[in-house]
Amino acid sequence: MSADTPVDAVELTSTSGASAFSPDNPAPVIEPPRARTKRTPRATRTNFELYGWLFMRLSGIVLVVLVLGHLLIQLVLDGGVSKIGFAFVAGRWANPFWQLWDLTMLWLAMLHGANGLRTVINDYAERDATRSWLKALLYTATAFTVLLGTLVIFTFDPNIQ
Amino acid sequence: MPAGTLYRGREGMWSWVAHRVTGVLIFFFLFVHVLDTALVRVSPQDYDKVVATYKNPVVNLLEYGLVAAILFHALNGLRVIAVDFWSKGPKYQRQMLWSVVGIWIVLMAGAFYPVLQHSLRILFGS
Repeated sequence: MSADTPVDAVELTSTSGASAFSPDNPAPVIEPPRARTKRTPRATRTNFELYGWLFMRLSGIVLVVLVLGHLLIQLVLDGGVSKIGFAFVAGRWANPFWQLWDLTMLWLAMLHGANGLRTVINDYAERDATRSWLKALLYTATAFTVLLGTLVIFTFDPNIQ
Repeated sequence: MPAGTLYRGREGMWSWVAHRVTGVLIFFFLFVHVLDTALVRVSPQDYDKVVATYKNPVVNLLEYGLVAAILFHALNGLRVIAVDFWSKGPKYQRQMLWSVVGIWIVLMAGAFYPVLQHSLRILFGS
């Protein structure tokens, strides 16, 4: 024991224990580990991830019909890939039913795929900057592709030349 | 190992891995496919020139691979929905995966000739 330590200070910590705490000498407050403090990020109070999860399942069911039907027509029936060409596309898009089919398939597949890739990026890109850039690229490519595809379906001209 | 990607192995993990891999591949194809289809707005000649690539036997084989990826993703996706919404889904997830694999094999066998007939005719004559 060093010479400048008061004798009664040693007495308090070594022999009193919990019984030393009283209304006049309260125990130190221990902050609960999950308490919200000034440094806690603000809670994002939306159900975005729930709706994303539900969208994947609902769009998935519709896409099974739309995409497998599309594959059947394009790659299986009537000679497979041999028949595909401008004239074949023109013939199909002459019918509004197939225009609507392709438009719905385009939007659902792109949003389904974009949300899937968003999940993959969130899982594997650990650096904040990398994650942000990859998602910005993903959202840009998705918006571009959806808008381009929509424009093509609506402005298709079978007599372009 | 990246955070949040630990899984428990066996059918549950590998079907999840295959679902991811096929999903990413399909998304990249979809991106390219919308771009090539957009050529119908340029000219019939440009569109047909790009579609000729799809008729190359090597690319035709890749189309069979695309069908394989889409069929697995579709069938396993229905299994995921059953696991999530059917009360006995988690209990039978393994049996459902092997059903998916079985149906996938049957459909892939059935799609072999229709999808590849174009290349088979080129390579072996009609």
